[in-house]
Amino acid sequence: MMPSTLRRFLLPALGALLLAACSHAPPSWQLNDVRGHLPDLQFHLTSDIGKPMTAADFRGQHVIMYFGYTHCPDVCPLTLVHLHQVMQKLGAEAKDVRILFVSVDPARDTPQVLHQYVTAFDPRIVGLTGTPQEITAMAKRYRAAFNEDAKQPNGGYEVSHSSGIYIFDPQGRARLLGTSADTPDEIAHDMKLLIGQDQ
Amino acid sequence: MKLLGRTFVLAMFSLTAMTAFAATAVSPAANSVHVGNGWVRWLPANLPAAGYAIIRNQGDKPVRLIGADSADYAMAMLHRSMHNNGKDTMEMVDALGIPAHGVVQLAPGGYHLMLMDARHPIKPGDTVHVSLHFDNGETLQAAWPVRPANASGSSD
Repeated sequence: MMPSTLRRFLLPALGALLLAACSHAPPSWQLNDVRGHLPDLQFHLTSDIGKPMTAADFRGQHVIMYFGYTHCPDVCPLTLVHLHQVMQKLGAEAKDVRILFVSVDPARDTPQVLHQYVTAFDPRIVGLTGTPQEITAMAKRYRAAFNEDAKQPNGGYEVSHSSGIYIFDPQGRARLLGTSADTPDEIAHDMKLLIGQDQ
Repeated sequence: MKLLGRTFVLAMFSLTAMTAFAATAVSPAANSVHVGNGWVRWLPANLPAAGYAIIRNQGDKPVRLIGADSADYAMAMLHRSMHNNGKDTMEMVDALGIPAHGVVQLAPGGYHLMLMDARHPIKPGDTVHVSLHFDNGETLQAAWPVRPANASGSSD
């Protein structure tokens, strides 16, 4: 009698206690917790519809930020597809989530080109460009180094850029740092945790 | 100016001759290299696009993919994306080896065919034609569907 009572009542109760304890433990992030280690979201850039835009325009929203450029046919599209899938996985919770695609190739990335590029992936992606000085300052702020590779015979060039995926909370605080190698499941997992925490 | 013109014509002539040679070099016997699951990720504004496929070598000898061209793009180049020390980089690749009885994937985030300067407007739903050249003299003609920018593979 006793062992079965134990199994039926005490073990579940113990489990519930453990669960309660766990909910106060630090969350199990899949990405890196960078709270307090990276600067808040702050910028003055130009949006893909040609309007000046600052971090204040995103207060109250979770922001996922990635640096890239439109003449990047492989890894930038792959990352934007992953972020589009993250938004799909978040479903209704994606309502107050925005993706920022910051160009590291302002010479070629006019707002017009950026607009066509980002909206082809997801309407919730905002493209940002600016003067070379503005972009350099922005990349420096987030330690997101980038450099233009050697010019090709046809005048084209590639830009090596940070693979960082930066996640900010509705107060603009940097919270998590991933890379373009993280899966949509890992990013969505953390976004759900973060949105749950910040509610 | 005249000299330039002649050089250009000569260059065009030798290109045509080379193309003719490449065409006759294709073995009438069954190819040992096969390409499948090809697709192109469409991008707007005539931006460079990427082509992906699975290449199978059913022969007893390794082969190398040494070049590509397309009737639909002025330029097709083999590239490789890499993650290096927190950076995303892309480099040109001269050749891609496929081991005997082996398979190599051109897939997002790795090897891909960079397709530049479309010769005519291209949109999702179109089919583009690509020729892959191998060092054993084989040339494979492939017709690949053009998929939307946010597609994740040859079929979602």
